[in-house]
Amino acid sequence: MDLSSISPTLLVASLMVAATPILLAAIGELVVEKSGVLNLGVEGMMIIGAIAGFAAAVGTGSPIIGFLCAALGGAALSLIFALLTQFFLSNQVATGLALTLFGLGLSALMGQSYIGIKPPASTKLDLPVISDIPILGPVLFSHDVSVYVALALVAEVWWFLKYTRGGLILRAVGESHDAAHALGYKVVKVRIMAIMFGGACAGLGGAALSLVRVPQWTEGMTAGAGWIALAIVVFASWKPARVLLGAYLFGGVAVLQLNLQAAGVSIPVEYLSMSPYLITIIVLVVMSAHRNKAALNAPAALGRAFHASR
Amino acid sequence: MNMKTILASAALVMTAATGALAEKTKVGFVYVGPVGDGGWTYEHDQGRKAVVEAFGDKVETIYVENVPEGPDAERVMTDMALKGADLIFTTSFGYMDPTINVATKFPNVKFEHATGYKQADNVSVYSARFYEGRAVQGHIAGHMTKSNIIGYIGSFPIPEVIRGINSAYIHAKAVNPDVQFKIVWAYTWFDPTKEADAAKVLIEQGADVVLQHTDSTAPQAAAQAAGNVITFGQASDMAAYGPMPRVSSIIDDWAPYYIARTKAVMDGTWTSTSTWDGIGAGMGGIGKISSAVPADIKASAEALRDSLANGSYHAFTGPLNKQDGSTWLAADETASDYGDGGLAGMNFYLEGIEGDVPN
Repeated sequence: MDLSSISPTLLVASLMVAATPILLAAIGELVVEKSGVLNLGVEGMMIIGAIAGFAAAVGTGSPIIGFLCAALGGAALSLIFALLTQFFLSNQVATGLALTLFGLGLSALMGQSYIGIKPPASTKLDLPVISDIPILGPVLFSHDVSVYVALALVAEVWWFLKYTRGGLILRAVGESHDAAHALGYKVVKVRIMAIMFGGACAGLGGAALSLVRVPQWTEGMTAGAGWIALAIVVFASWKPARVLLGAYLFGGVAVLQLNLQAAGVSIPVEYLSMSPYLITIIVLVVMSAHRNKAALNAPAALGRAFHASR
Repeated sequence: MNMKTILASAALVMTAATGALAEKTKVGFVYVGPVGDGGWTYEHDQGRKAVVEAFGDKVETIYVENVPEGPDAERVMTDMALKGADLIFTTSFGYMDPTINVATKFPNVKFEHATGYKQADNVSVYSARFYEGRAVQGHIAGHMTKSNIIGYIGSFPIPEVIRGINSAYIHAKAVNPDVQFKIVWAYTWFDPTKEADAAKVLIEQGADVVLQHTDSTAPQAAAQAAGNVITFGQASDMAAYGPMPRVSSIIDDWAPYYIARTKAVMDGTWTSTSTWDGIGAGMGGIGKISSAVPADIKASAEALRDSLANGSYHAFTGPLNKQDGSTWLAADETASDYGDGGLAGMNFYLEGIEGDVPN
């Protein structure tokens, strides 16, 4: 065992990269749930984003266009969910699950000819002096641009929900759609926009995986990241800053287990491999133990269908 | 048309169809990854294509990709056998028991299982001596490393993989006594996400050479992004990543074997065999050593390759001790393939490797 071979600086730097896909997906889902919609299709939207972004980046040679197409792809898939749940009032849980299965299958089909291909390298932040500062440089200033985009998005969502009129309307719709409707707000319109934002974010998260973190395309490459993003939203009790914490915690455990293995720590690998998921379960159990507290934070209309005639 | 005529004509069509198919030899391939993985499965598929090229109209091949090792594999093989396959190649270690199970149900179908050790009347086993290629890799790695830390991405702790680690280690150590191996087990043959993460971690912990026993090119991409790290193509040349980070590779060439076995089925001369060929027989090859390797190291690596090929040198030649210090091979003794302490069942590290083989 040689723990000194694990460099904390590099560990923090790599956990930030590892956490970015789930952070993007989770912050999108947070907005969706704040509007009172439970979309369990995050995994499906992520993987569609992963392949759409990968295909576009390979086709055009530009990772930026790749990320844009990933957001569009995720949003397009979420539109199916929006149509089914907001107009046809289908069950949100079942529709979300179907969306995940559909996304996984469709992405495998779309990705047939992209297996084993190298994507164009995306831009890394490389500021001449600042990136070379010891410790702070590698941790804060030398990542792929998508890492900063994700962080900026978290800050923006926090600001939007807390300080803007739009954020207030969104939360009102999520707490009581009947009241919001009575006040004259377009509940369905607000929710569709939230769902599409969530889809776009999940798509970006998928692209962060296929274009930056791996970077390659392979069938089912999200491997449950979408479900973890869903768990993180609950873990964070629907607060943007805690989403950031949750994503980094999860990313940290995932990176740490490999680091411990390489450092020769004699814990059976299986325990290390399941540790991120174990932590997710434990957190969810702890959360639900304080049922009232969690319920206070959950949007009151979460998962309930809305129809204007009532 | 009444029901009887429909059934009768359907039966007639079916007999006609089977009659037409019977003239062709049908060969099935079960793959653990996608044919585009650029590594292991890609090379098996090249072998399949060579069979098609060699026999043209006389052969029909079918394949299924991304078949998980387990009950699903049994379903896929059964399906192939029911569709009339005469010969089925199952190309991953984890298909061993499924292959045996399905083979008992279809005694007239011939099976060929790669890298396993369970034979039956209608099940042959075949593999390449990958550890010979690993010896050359270790030799180059030992010379090239500056940090003296070599990272190794293992798939599953099975004899084939452990042999590779041991072989690479002793040959790296022979040219660089300070060399240290860091081993990460990915528990998958093909998962670019995990493989990339493993490679990144190894690089972060100081490895400037990354060896992989997993099938994707993701570790190559991670090494390329990191800069001063060298890698070796696994199972396939992975030449797209040369001359840096990929400085050489182990290339599997299954085509001659697949063609010979298909021919045997056609001629009716197929018997259950156990084949384990190395560089000499052409089943394993060493990919071109790139310009990133200095000429003298390249020359000594090629000399090592040639001595392995012509049999003048065995990759496991004593004196060699096990990890616990007990003697495995006495001086000048070479490892036997089978039996106690044989290569086929190798489940221990050699002296100097840190860490334990996971169970």
